[in-house]
Amino acid sequence: MATIKLDIVTAERLVYSDEVDIVIAPGIDGELGILPRHTPLMTMLQPGELIARKGNEEYSLAISGGFLEVRPDRVIVLADSAERAEEIDIARAEEAKKRAEKLMSEKYAPGVDAGSVEAALRRSMVRIKVAERRKKKAPRI
Amino acid sequence: MANIRLIKRRIKGVKSIAKITKAMEMIAASKMRKAQERGLAGRPYSEKITQVISNLMAVSSGQPLHPCLTARDDIKKITIIHITPDRGLAGGLVGNINRMTARFILEKNVNTGIIAVGRKGLDFLRRTGRKIEAEFTGLGDYPDLLSTLPISHIVLDEYPKGETDEVYIAYTKFINTMAQEAVIEKLLPVEPAEIPAAENVEYIYEPDSSAVLDGLIPRFVEMQVYHAILESIASEQSARMVAMRNATQNAKDLVDDLTLVYNKARQEMITNELLDITGGTAALE
Repeated sequence: MATIKLDIVTAERLVYSDEVDIVIAPGIDGELGILPRHTPLMTMLQPGELIARKGNEEYSLAISGGFLEVRPDRVIVLADSAERAEEIDIARAEEAKKRAEKLMSEKYAPGVDAGSVEAALRRSMVRIKVAERRKKKAPRI
Repeated sequence: MANIRLIKRRIKGVKSIAKITKAMEMIAASKMRKAQERGLAGRPYSEKITQVISNLMAVSSGQPLHPCLTARDDIKKITIIHITPDRGLAGGLVGNINRMTARFILEKNVNTGIIAVGRKGLDFLRRTGRKIEAEFTGLGDYPDLLSTLPISHIVLDEYPKGETDEVYIAYTKFINTMAQEAVIEKLLPVEPAEIPAAENVEYIYEPDSSAVLDGLIPRFVEMQVYHAILESIASEQSARMVAMRNATQNAKDLVDDLTLVYNKARQEMITNELLDITGGTAALE
């Protein structure tokens, strides 16, 4: 079966680089499934879960936004930040979520940028989601 | 004898120089490790984002994608971001990059504005009477992205307005601890990649091309500038460590040589004294 080369980079490091069967990414206009020989595409990413499948293996990452370039033979993900499910500290993510929610509730407090608070909230929710999916799946293996 | 005392003093002086260079070597070595890590870690992102943009450039038919990507035919003014260390004592590193930029300006022979990052380059270019448009010094050994944004934002501001027609970035590329290379790269406009005609299919943009590029281009310039600074710092610390190691070694060699001279002189003095004594007793008999 044809495969597609996937490179995921953040400013800090090369996160992932391998040939995969399918990439599922959180595009700005909705979830995208990318198979080999996809037409060239350039999209922004929203905070969400990025999944790469290779055979029976699945690789899951929490992405906090960025860009995605698709060419027929490869995909480049320029992520603002990317964390592997097992790297996520759920307690910390929950805390961040609570903090963001609290800030949201006092929306008109001075010095609070509503947009960035909302973004922070969404990021923490994605991280929790990715980490929990991983946890649920773990016992089955 | 005066001569002996002089040599002794010299040995003492060289020894204390060796102590200082040794300390500097160790400081540079510890900074080097972190700086190299940071410099190398940012490379994949920097390479990939360049690749993505030059791909986009290659297939854009006709109309310019973004004001920052429009190549201009008539180059009236160029801008060089010149990245150097704040401090010297790093072997040939500072001289190499300054010489390269100076030569580049002469070759281009157009109106050139300079954004000087780092004191060494700033002093040099000011001394040679170049037009400094902005200066940034004291970024420290481990700058974060935020503190380098003012540098990239000058470029992002000026280029679309046509205040500059080409932007170059001069920095010292880190190859390994022993080797660093002064390079000058074109930052804007981005050179289109060469893509075979068969693969030359227009991209689909989501949500649309201007939204994507408005996000991507600033990110690109910011990352390239930031990454060039990190590479320069990694190079600087490596070059300094090697230079200081050589200096320490040279000082030790010098101490050895001087010690030999000193011992010879001392021996000679003793011999002379003995000769005097034996000569004196012989005269008495």
